[in-house]
Amino acid sequence: MTRMSYLEAGKQGLTEAMEADPNVWAVGEDLGRGGVFGQYRGLVARFGPARIVDAPISEAGIMGAAVGAALCGTRPVVEMRFSDFALCAIDELVNQAAKARFMFGGQGRVPLVAREPIGMWRSSAAQHSQSLEAWYTHIPGLVVVTPSTPADNRALLRAAIACDDPVVYMEHKDLWAYEDEVPDEAEAEPLGKAALRRSGDAVTIVSWSKQVHVCLEAAQVLAERGIEVEVIDLRSLWPWDREAVFHSVGRTRRLLVVQESVTVSGFGAEVAASVAEQLWDRLLAPVRRLGSPRAPIAYAPPLEDRLRVTAGDVVAAVEGLVSGREK
Amino acid sequence: MDPQPRRNVDLARLKEQHRAMLRIRAFEEAALAAARDGLVKGAIHPSIGQEAVAVGVCGNLERTDYLLSTHRGHGQTLVKGADATAMMCELFGRAGGTCGGKGGSMHIADFKVGMLGANGVVGANIEIAAGAAHAVKLRGEDRIVTCIFGDGAINRGPFLEGLNWARIFDLPVLFVCEDNGFAATTRTRDLTGGPGPAARAESLGIPASKVDGNDVVAVDAAVRDKLTLVRSGGGPQFLVCRTYRLSGHTHADAAAYRSAEELAAAQEDDPIRRSRAWLEEAGLAAAELDALADEADAEMAAVSAAAAAAPWPALEQAYTDIQDIGAPSEAAT
Repeated sequence: MTRMSYLEAGKQGLTEAMEADPNVWAVGEDLGRGGVFGQYRGLVARFGPARIVDAPISEAGIMGAAVGAALCGTRPVVEMRFSDFALCAIDELVNQAAKARFMFGGQGRVPLVAREPIGMWRSSAAQHSQSLEAWYTHIPGLVVVTPSTPADNRALLRAAIACDDPVVYMEHKDLWAYEDEVPDEAEAEPLGKAALRRSGDAVTIVSWSKQVHVCLEAAQVLAERGIEVEVIDLRSLWPWDREAVFHSVGRTRRLLVVQESVTVSGFGAEVAASVAEQLWDRLLAPVRRLGSPRAPIAYAPPLEDRLRVTAGDVVAAVEGLVSGREK
Repeated sequence: MDPQPRRNVDLARLKEQHRAMLRIRAFEEAALAAARDGLVKGAIHPSIGQEAVAVGVCGNLERTDYLLSTHRGHGQTLVKGADATAMMCELFGRAGGTCGGKGGSMHIADFKVGMLGANGVVGANIEIAAGAAHAVKLRGEDRIVTCIFGDGAINRGPFLEGLNWARIFDLPVLFVCEDNGFAATTRTRDLTGGPGPAARAESLGIPASKVDGNDVVAVDAAVRDKLTLVRSGGGPQFLVCRTYRLSGHTHADAAAYRSAEELAAAQEDDPIRRSRAWLEEAGLAAAELDALADEADAEMAAVSAAAAAAPWPALEQAYTDIQDIGAPSEAAT
C-alpha cells in the first residue's frame, strides 16, 4: 500500500495506461503545464508532446477530434478542465461519440475517456461547480464513472481507458488533495460495481463521489447514537450496481440516496424509483433523497454552503427514517 | 453548358468519371422513386447536380484513405467503393444495409472502404476528420483524410475548431467545401458574413483554392494537386467546389424558393450533360453514351429491387451495438 492523493492516483492510473498502450494519449488545455489542477504534472516530460497534447481552448474541437481519433485506432483521454465546459462539446459527446457505434451498425468504436471534473469547490460559482452526472446517464452509449477514493481514481481510470465505449469520467475537485492508501499492485476494477464502504442494518445510504465521505462522517455520528447504517458507493452511475443496492435495501428495508447535485431529476431519482419498483412491499419507510435545491451554485461561501448536503443533514434524514416513519 | 471543348483530356478517365456520375444519378433517382413509393421511410438528401464533386474528389482517394461525408453523401460513398445494394438496403432500413438498417441515409458508413460516416449534424464531421487525421499522424500511418461538407457548415463552430485543429497539428487532411449555394432551403450568401469559405480557411492558415464543381475534369485535377500536397506532409488543404443542387433539400422539398428560370439555367449546366458533351465531341457515339446511362439505370433498378426484397433487421438489433456494459436487454429496458 502507498498513501497518495486522489489527484496523484489519477495521474498514476493514466501513466500506467500510457505505458501499457502506445495508442493511449491525453489531450486538453494546458496539459503541457500539468493541467489546471496539476493532474498531468510531469507527464509531458515522460511521454512527449505528441501524447500529452496541448489543445486550444476549443472544447468542441477537443471532443470532436477525440471522436475521430478514437474511431481510427487510438484511445484519447480528453481533459475538459471543468465539467461545465464540457457543455460546449455536447454535440460531439452525445450525438457523435455516444451514437457512432450504434448508428454505423457496430462498424466503429469510440474508446475515449472524457475527464470532466465536477463539484462545488472554493467559491467556483455557477459555471465551474456543477455536478451534471445525471445528464450523461440518460444517454445510451455512454458509461458514467464517479470515483470517490484515490484507489478508485487509479483503478477506475485505468478501467475507463480500457473500455471500448465512451466514458464520462467525473472526478470531484474537492477530492484532489484527499489522501488514502492505494494498493501497490494495480487491481483490475470492473466498471459498474459498487463498493460497500460501511456495513449496517438500520438504513442503506446510497451515494457517489464526494458525498460518500459526507455519508461516512454521518455514519460515524449515527453509530455513536446506536444507529448502524450501510453506506454504498456506487462508483459508476452507468451502469450502476442495482443488485448491490437491492440486496442491501432488501435487508435494511430503508433507503436514503445522497447526492451533491440538484435533487430534481438527479441520479438519486433513478435509484429511488428502481428501489420503489423492485422492493415496495419490503420498505418500512418511504425512500428519501438528499441533494441540492434547484438553484445555481453561488459564489459567496455562506451561500455556497447553503446548497451543500452536510453530515448533519444525513444524520437528520436517517433518524427520521428509523424513528417516526415506520409503517 | 460549357462552350469550351476539353483539350488534352484523358478520355478513358473521363468516360469512367461520366459512368460514375451516371451511377450516382441513377442511384438517387431510384432512391427518390422508392421514397415516393413509401419504401424509403426517412429523409433522403439528394445530390443531383453535384455528382462531379463526388467523382472528382473521391475518385482520387485510395481505399485505405479515410472519408468523412455529409447527409448529402450518397455519391461520395458510392465512389469511395461502398456496395450500392448495401447502401440501398440501408436507405430502405433493411438487413444487409451498410449499417444493418440502423443508420439510414444520413448515417451511411462503410468502414471497410474507409468511409467513416455521413453525419446528420451539419459540420460535425469537420472535427471528427481532424481527429481521424490526428490518429493517422500519431500512428504514423500512410493514408490521408478527406472531409467533405456543404457551404452551410461554414457558419457552425466546428468549421473554426476543426480547421484550426488541423492547422496547428499539421494534419494530413483535405477539406472540401461542396458549395451548392443553399443552407437547407435558404441562400447561404444571405446568411454568411465576409467573402466565403476559402477566405475563412485562408484566415486560419490553410491554403485554399476554388474550382468549378460542375466540371468533373477540373475538380479531378484540383483534387489531385491538393492531395499531392497533403500526402507529402504539408498539412491541411482546402478546396471549394462551386456547384448547384438541382433537387430540393430533401426528397420532400419542392424547392419552390427558386424560380423555374433559375432551375432551367442550372439544368443546362448539369455536370453530366457537360461530360457527355465532351465525350461526344471526342468522338464517342451517342448510342454508346446512351448505353452507359441505360446500364446505370438498370444496375440501380436491380439494386432497388434487391433492397425491396431484403428482410427487416432482426428485432434484437434494436438493442445491440450500443455499449459493452450497461446495454439494455429486451427484458429490462
